[in-house]
Amino acid sequence: MNAPDRAGLGNAFEAAATGTLSGAPIERVEDERFLTGAGRFTDDVRFEGMGHAAILRSTHAHARIRRIDCTAARALPGVMLVATAADIAQANKPIPIRLAPLPGLDRFLQPTIAADEVRYVGEPVAIVVASSRYVAEDALDLIEVDYDEGPAVASITQSASNATLVHAAVGTNVATQYPVERGDVDRAFAGAPYTRRERFRCHRHTGAPMETRGLVAEWNGSLMRVWGATKVPFFNRGLLASFFDLPETAVDMIETDIGGGFGIRGEFYPEDFLVPWASMQLGRPVKWIEDRREHLMAANHARETECELEIAMNLDGTIRGLRGRVMADLGAYVRTGGGVAVSRLAQYLPGPYRISDFGCEVMALVTNKTPVGTMRGPGRYEANYFRERLLDLACGDLGLDPVAVREMNLIARHEMPWPIGRLVPTEGEGAYDVGDFHSGLHKALSAIGYDRLPRDGALIDGWLHGVGVACFVESSGGGKSENARIVARTDGSFDIYSGVSTMGQGHETVFAQIAGDELGAPISAFRVHHGSTAHVDYGWGTFHSRAIVVGGSAVKLAAAQMREQLDALAAAGHRGPPAEDIEVKLRYDTKGPTYSYGTHVAHVAVDPETARVKVLAYVALEDVGRVMNPLLAHGQAVGGAVQGIGATFLDELRYDENAQLLSGSYADYLMATSTEAPAVQAVLLEESPSPSNPLGAKGAGEGGIVATAGALANAVGNALAAWRLPLTSLPLSLDNLARALREARSAAAVPGQDH
Amino acid sequence: MAAMAFMHYLPNGKVCTIPVMKPAPLDILPATSVAHALSLLGEHGDQARLIAGGQSLMPILAMRLAAPAILIDINGIADLRGIRLEADGSVLIGALTRHRDLERSPLLAERLPLIAAAMPWIAHVQIRNRGTLGGSLSHADPAAELPALCIALCATIELHSPRGVRQIAADDFFQGVFATARADDELLTAVRVPATTPAQRWAFIELARRHGDFALCGIALTADCSPTGAVTQARIVVFGVSDCPRRLPHLESAIVGSAPSPASIDQAMQSLDTVEARSDHHASSEYRLELLATLARRALRQAFGFDERTAP
Repeated sequence: MNAPDRAGLGNAFEAAATGTLSGAPIERVEDERFLTGAGRFTDDVRFEGMGHAAILRSTHAHARIRRIDCTAARALPGVMLVATAADIAQANKPIPIRLAPLPGLDRFLQPTIAADEVRYVGEPVAIVVASSRYVAEDALDLIEVDYDEGPAVASITQSASNATLVHAAVGTNVATQYPVERGDVDRAFAGAPYTRRERFRCHRHTGAPMETRGLVAEWNGSLMRVWGATKVPFFNRGLLASFFDLPETAVDMIETDIGGGFGIRGEFYPEDFLVPWASMQLGRPVKWIEDRREHLMAANHARETECELEIAMNLDGTIRGLRGRVMADLGAYVRTGGGVAVSRLAQYLPGPYRISDFGCEVMALVTNKTPVGTMRGPGRYEANYFRERLLDLACGDLGLDPVAVREMNLIARHEMPWPIGRLVPTEGEGAYDVGDFHSGLHKALSAIGYDRLPRDGALIDGWLHGVGVACFVESSGGGKSENARIVARTDGSFDIYSGVSTMGQGHETVFAQIAGDELGAPISAFRVHHGSTAHVDYGWGTFHSRAIVVGGSAVKLAAAQMREQLDALAAAGHRGPPAEDIEVKLRYDTKGPTYSYGTHVAHVAVDPETARVKVLAYVALEDVGRVMNPLLAHGQAVGGAVQGIGATFLDELRYDENAQLLSGSYADYLMATSTEAPAVQAVLLEESPSPSNPLGAKGAGEGGIVATAGALANAVGNALAAWRLPLTSLPLSLDNLARALREARSAAAVPGQDH
Repeated sequence: MAAMAFMHYLPNGKVCTIPVMKPAPLDILPATSVAHALSLLGEHGDQARLIAGGQSLMPILAMRLAAPAILIDINGIADLRGIRLEADGSVLIGALTRHRDLERSPLLAERLPLIAAAMPWIAHVQIRNRGTLGGSLSHADPAAELPALCIALCATIELHSPRGVRQIAADDFFQGVFATARADDELLTAVRVPATTPAQRWAFIELARRHGDFALCGIALTADCSPTGAVTQARIVVFGVSDCPRRLPHLESAIVGSAPSPASIDQAMQSLDTVEARSDHHASSEYRLELLATLARRALRQAFGFDERTAP
């Protein structure tokens, strides 16, 4: 940019280093308020006379409700409201699907409160509002629910048998079932010299953001304002308005600062209706802050899947075809994004490889467990684990080098665009647009120093060393459109309004970088407003790593239009800031998803006597098209990798055979902490900018997590090569790994203790 | 806090999830002296619970697994805090001494290096800043480190009640999961660790799912040796495996009598005691027993300088 005489920017203009903000490692402008305690989170929203809500949740996995007696609870001093389904009556409607409305799923929608049957531990049965949360919980203790407990469905296998039905009226536990195929998979398998079929399992876990869910709702007689909105405030506004038969303009969803989301926070949950409803009943503001216990039983779970996967190969390692069956546990109801993960899982099973012939049967089943939703890298974490682990097992069988086999089968740059077929029934044909998958693999190996690493079970000081590799490709940048509005103020500053909310990624910084480059102004000239329904006409939200790709592109184009207007002023002889505010509103429509890709490499050491695994080095490489801010992008990649490393070894939501949740506290649900986080090296490439958007950007929020289980399972398998462990089930917890070693030792005469 | 602490076990044997996380209403009564605390205990009986650092009791209250009407806060009793070397060479540690004070005590580092070595394994700094010795011993979590250390160091535990003062050997104090020899009207006031010889060998080793989590298995051991290096007495304590910390008398006997070598340690391991191991969703009993065998052997090797490994 070279427009020294441009109008409108005052002092800010002189300070600008033009065209250099995007791509610079600029510290987040948000950080100062977070680090100084000036952030304003949902629990910081307080009103005079505000009531505090608590939810009575089912203690049974499956039961009929015979009777609920609220008499004693209503009589407790300080209690303002006790309500059950009987009180909510007609307003208690099923919560519709937002994404992936796969055939059949809409038979299993969740009501906002259980009426006569509960189907999972944690399902809302009553809401109490009181003068404090303490009193509200005292009142919960006084509500008597007479349950008639029935048999519960606790597993995919049990569900598939249909012996016990989660929803008797529907007549089946199979929520959806469909085949997907590209090419001719039977032909590919016919006469194949080598095939291997394995049954894989990915464990149930969840995003567990540091800040749990929370809402403050205030009805003033004509306007419903809800603080704590995030992820998809506009969609949720429409939904809430429809529950109350209000026009959308009578509902404002207001974003506060947020302590993480990871996909699970910000969807429309039962509480997103119950709390505003209570506020309307009482005519006073009502706050509900989810406690950790509730969070682990009531917020979306994710990932629980079983997969039978079979690979056909030539003896040189060329993949001929891949086929299988995926069965996902959706929990008791189909929530707003319940179908996303399983459909994406099937879509990304073939991954970045030249697999023209692929077929998969997709099944999603209901059980008496907490419903599932999307979590960072939905379907990808699972798919990459299943496929990459199977590849290594096949390499072991055939005596082939896992890296060489990946090189041989990765789709080459010159083969792009590479058609992936129609693998999701609610979408059309797709294609990987651009990419150099080989470069990603080579640079990841180089980054970790692959050639020099001890591996294949090398014994050093009692530890067996192993290295594992996993390659991936994934889509991002969905949600077709985004709005941006920019206002040039008379003091030379700008307000940017975006329809994308934040999960804490740093929108305020990056959007200012993008606009700053267009307008030749420094970061400090911008105030970025995002996420609340008052800012723009509509917003599509934050998911599918779309904030920069779609929201950032909208900001860029709006800023470019603003620049034209300011240039026109300058051409007319105007100097300095505009005499009155100038506004630009713009809607940007994407041309399609972006495809990020990359490779993860893990170096681990395993103690074969205790099954302890140390992650010694980890490289997470992803080509994100364009790095807008390397500090933030690296933070996303490292954070994703740590979350995935934790998930692979630790995080697990366990149920007993009666579908009672066993991991309902942080003493039982373990996540990686600083002591478990290895030094993750994030490598971000910009070799293949996306052709789908003016920034060339691709999603960068999920690539850090999506290949972790694959790389780690392969690394542990490589370290314990002597035992030839299948490692087809997650998590790789101490107990599970110890059992695998025990079984291998007793099954074969492989030396153990003397290893 | 082991998993069991957060689950309701119903009379029919089923597990039930707990619905709330705010304590039920209660009063807090500050005790100003041991006598005052005892009188409050006597007055309120089983309506009251003692609270010191609160690192175990607070979650229990928040989950309403216990709902005492009264908490007797003993944090203000200055006499109960501190570490003192006695004339006979023993060390007296007040019940209110925080974990962090044990960790940082030069006296313990010099006199009882086993304690100093074990302290960093207990939870996290924030918890060690509040948690107290007496609280850990009274709570008697099966996976806690301090009860095992007290047994390995042959400590005695001092209890005050309206009936007077009594001393009980750590060996006899721990009776099961969250169960001790402390009567309801007794206040645990101090721990006395007898003098140790400079030649005493020791080791501490544990394995948890994450650093700071409850041990799936841990070993604390001390061994007294003659000038020739022969083991004259050994105390080998396992924790995290069964309902409370347990000595391994057969293994102790097998190691006593001669100067250990790697081969004699392997030989002694043939005598490893049969222990009843618990099972939960963090570790099966089979795995805990495997860890017991591995960690006991490693602890012995470590104590006698044969272990080349750095961590369990």
